[in-house]
Amino acid sequence: MQRYTTTAIVLHWLIAVLIIGAFTLGLVMTDIPGISPTKLKYFSWHKWAGVTVLVLATVRLLWRLKNRPPELPETMPAWQRGAAHGLHHLLYVLIFAVPISGYFYTLAAGFPVVYFGLFQLPVLIAKNPALAETLKPIHYWLNMIMAGLVGLHVLAALKHQFVDRDGTLGRMLPGRSI
Amino acid sequence: MQLTRGTIAALLAGVTLIASAVPLKTDAAHSSVSAVFKQMNVPVESKFKSFNAQIDYDAAHPDKAAARVDIDTASFDIGEAEYNKEVAGKDWFNSAKYPKATFVSSGIKPVGAGKLSVSGKLSIKGKTQDVTFPINVKAEGGKQVFEGQLPIKRLAFNIGEGEWKDTSMVADEVVIKFRIAAGQ
Repeated sequence: MQRYTTTAIVLHWLIAVLIIGAFTLGLVMTDIPGISPTKLKYFSWHKWAGVTVLVLATVRLLWRLKNRPPELPETMPAWQRGAAHGLHHLLYVLIFAVPISGYFYTLAAGFPVVYFGLFQLPVLIAKNPALAETLKPIHYWLNMIMAGLVGLHVLAALKHQFVDRDGTLGRMLPGRSI
Repeated sequence: MQLTRGTIAALLAGVTLIASAVPLKTDAAHSSVSAVFKQMNVPVESKFKSFNAQIDYDAAHPDKAAARVDIDTASFDIGEAEYNKEVAGKDWFNSAKYPKATFVSSGIKPVGAGKLSVSGKLSIKGKTQDVTFPINVKAEGGKQVFEGQLPIKRLAFNIGEGEWKDTSMVADEVVIKFRIAAGQ
């Protein structure tokens, strides 16, 4: 079966790892009461990871527009193809929407992002506590929606691998195709 | 005593002198005191929501000016209640024990048009330092506006104790920025 390009595979897994890391960090850091150096560190790491996801998502989208993904297995019913495409589109939207909502949330809260502590990223909006209050639940729920969709995405991949055994997952796995 | 033109002028001058000795009234709505600090290199500016500034200033005699500013350390607003609570706590301002940060001028001298050099004592958290910093003065809407910045080192005042001593988390350099509008 035809596989995704190496570039697409690398981008997919890099983004996956960063999203899982940033998501977990987000839950852990907001659970720490008060403030502590550890909490502030986690906030910074979370933001750096989010910005990195945004950059990689942009590269990935551009790559995707120029490179058709491999065909789905012919045995796959039409509704599953539709569901797969729909889910992939939503995930593409969310890998942009989640970091962008977080980026504007932190700007509105008055904390610009200094990438890896080295250079400050553009401060596109002024500090705005009311906007920060609005963006906080938006960022949270976009994340929860993404977590749910990633769960579906993983379950579907596992179903293809272990129930259908149709090689769909192998197209995105590193190394030789399975 | 006969009221001559001269005595009237002298009386008026006296009235003016008395008036200039009366402290200016601070216009809280147009005044602010904030601190700019770097947290993991992220510049953050937060305001002290409550402070009191007493300024004696007469544009004709700037060298006779005097100023005293009292800041309620517990009013430092980073933007979230739990952060503000931490900053008012023992490791930072210890507002329960040291509710006020105070600046009292000892000497003010003009150093050019609309510029003053202010010296005095800055006390925060039980530590006092001699400081000198420039101030810009301008008249705005019938009031005098005093603007300036005073860089300090937070650790010299024990601000940020224990694990917060780490300057890679919060830099030692902090700039106190102020704008005080005051008038008769």
